[in-house]
Amino acid sequence: MKISYREAIRQALREALLGDARVFLMGEDVGRYGGTYAVSKGLLAEFGPERIRDTPLSELGFVGAGIGAALGGMRPIVEVMTVNFSLLALDQIVNSASLLRHMSGGQFSVPLVVRMATGAGRQLAAQHSHSLENWYAHIPGIRVLAPATVTDARGMLAPALADPDPVIIFEHAQLYNLEGELPDDWRCDISHAAVRRVGTQLSLITWGGSLPKALQAAAELAAAGIEVEVIDLRVLRPLDAETVYASVRKTHRALVVDEGWKSGSLAAEVVARIAEDCLYELDAPPRRLCTAEVPIPYARHLEEAALPQADRIVAAVREMLDV
Amino acid sequence: MENKAHDTAPGGRDFARRLIADMLRIRRMEEKCAELYGAGKIRGFLHLYIGEEACAVGALHALKEEDNIVATYREHGHALVRGVPMASIMAEMYGKASGCCRGRGGSMHLFDAARRFYGGNAIVGGGLPLAVGLALADKMQGRSRVSACFFGDGAVAEGAFHEAMNLAALWQLPVLFLCENNFYGMGTALARAEAQTDLTAKAASYRMAAAKADGMDVLAVHAATERAAARVRAGKGPLFLELQTYRFRAHSMFDPELYRDQAEVEEWKERDPLHVFPARLQAQGVLDEDEIAALDAVAEAEVAAAVEFAEAAPWEPVADLFKDVHTPEGEP
Repeated sequence: MKISYREAIRQALREALLGDARVFLMGEDVGRYGGTYAVSKGLLAEFGPERIRDTPLSELGFVGAGIGAALGGMRPIVEVMTVNFSLLALDQIVNSASLLRHMSGGQFSVPLVVRMATGAGRQLAAQHSHSLENWYAHIPGIRVLAPATVTDARGMLAPALADPDPVIIFEHAQLYNLEGELPDDWRCDISHAAVRRVGTQLSLITWGGSLPKALQAAAELAAAGIEVEVIDLRVLRPLDAETVYASVRKTHRALVVDEGWKSGSLAAEVVARIAEDCLYELDAPPRRLCTAEVPIPYARHLEEAALPQADRIVAAVREMLDV
Repeated sequence: MENKAHDTAPGGRDFARRLIADMLRIRRMEEKCAELYGAGKIRGFLHLYIGEEACAVGALHALKEEDNIVATYREHGHALVRGVPMASIMAEMYGKASGCCRGRGGSMHLFDAARRFYGGNAIVGGGLPLAVGLALADKMQGRSRVSACFFGDGAVAEGAFHEAMNLAALWQLPVLFLCENNFYGMGTALARAEAQTDLTAKAASYRMAAAKADGMDVLAVHAATERAAARVRAGKGPLFLELQTYRFRAHSMFDPELYRDQAEVEEWKERDPLHVFPARLQAQGVLDEDEIAALDAVAEAEVAAAVEFAEAAPWEPVADLFKDVHTPEGEP
């Protein structure tokens, strides 16, 4: 069955709400408005305002309330409209959710799921175009997910809710309209990276909104006889380095595509790990293709120039392979 | 709901004894903490509650076991009165494995799940949204608990305070906001930090019921909290209770106290709840000097035993460094 990424998330939310009375969805405009990205459309009518709970514009307050509700025995799903606004809730995520278990000597777990849209590409300018997954992937105590396929959009929520610790799910705003085939068995884990395309000459490592671009680049390269392997990290913390290493041991070349800025990026982390653990497997220096280090501009041609694009991935691969 | 000082102990003699005993336990424990800090046994930040004991003791004696308690980094007294054993608190301050948080938290992060004591929050204002969430969970699950959240006057300047107050009022949640106004946020006097120094006016802007009590009078605190908690428990929405009090010691052990006059400190010390309340009871013939001295001796003995326990307690093995970053598989 072909469905959209948006519909896949809605189905996952609906299943969670039907299956567990402790689950509720809370966030800005999740109810009457139907969700900023229309993900929760229709859920208010089915589940009512207690469980599809509209909040005021108080990111710090309602994320903290989500933590408290999780401590109180509920299974909250908190939607922070976008990663840009999550900065207003950063204190509660970093200073409470991620620390409570350890700081209390193991007395309190925080079974909280926070969902947020991320990424650029829609001419929304600098304040609405951040990709800050790496900030969250830096923090011990939380799990960070980046569904990039319809299957992951459908399947990641259930194990995230089953996780007794906080989980943050990044939904790339460019993916909501993505259509894909949902297999009969869409259940998935939240521990492993996935090989999305098998290849032999280079490992193209990415996640989230950059995955379709990487797959497009790989298809173009294949047409020219160049076979690259595409790895979707899926889980940004804890990183599944083994899947990356297995690919690098096969291809001996690695290119990481990251919509974040290069300095201090998640791409830097992946490349550092490859260098630490697989250096002698490499036939060429590992490389990163990231967003230009500028605030994301509004004008379409400038925004496109700032972000990693399929044609630039193709060019980077050709340069690394010298073909 | 302004409270007058209470002249009699409404719960009777035993009740008065329990209040004095708990205030003495906090005072003696913290005096020992200060000494141990000087000796290098306790490290990190140490914020003493000395002078403010009537707030925690009066309020916590008015709350129920089923209620949720959220506190700040100045929470030794709250943890103790809530029932966390003094030995376990002391061992935590030593950083020992027998501490209530296995040495992971220290002075600022005391937690006790069994006693519904949710810390121990050292980000000013950070506990308020948690209390809102705990209350939301109770309301959604049909429980009639009160979530009591202690915080200082400094917290009212934080966005978290306003967001939490609004959410609690908007959703009519059973939160009791207990503001311990000691008139200083670290070294900044309230009047230098707030355009509106009547803190109950802030509650009014969220259409939240509010009350004030003399935080130096343990019976006044108790009576005000009892009234407030009953109202919150009855589902009449959140309530903001301001307890005016004073910290006799420095903000932390690193504070040279350049920001306030010693005369001001001395003036407040005349209202020391550990002098005023026992003196009143003696004057009323409820308790005599020997009985109070005996309670003090019990507190001193408990402190000595707690220190002995902490000294002898084992260190967490370094091999367990990564323990409890995540919940182990199979645990709820």
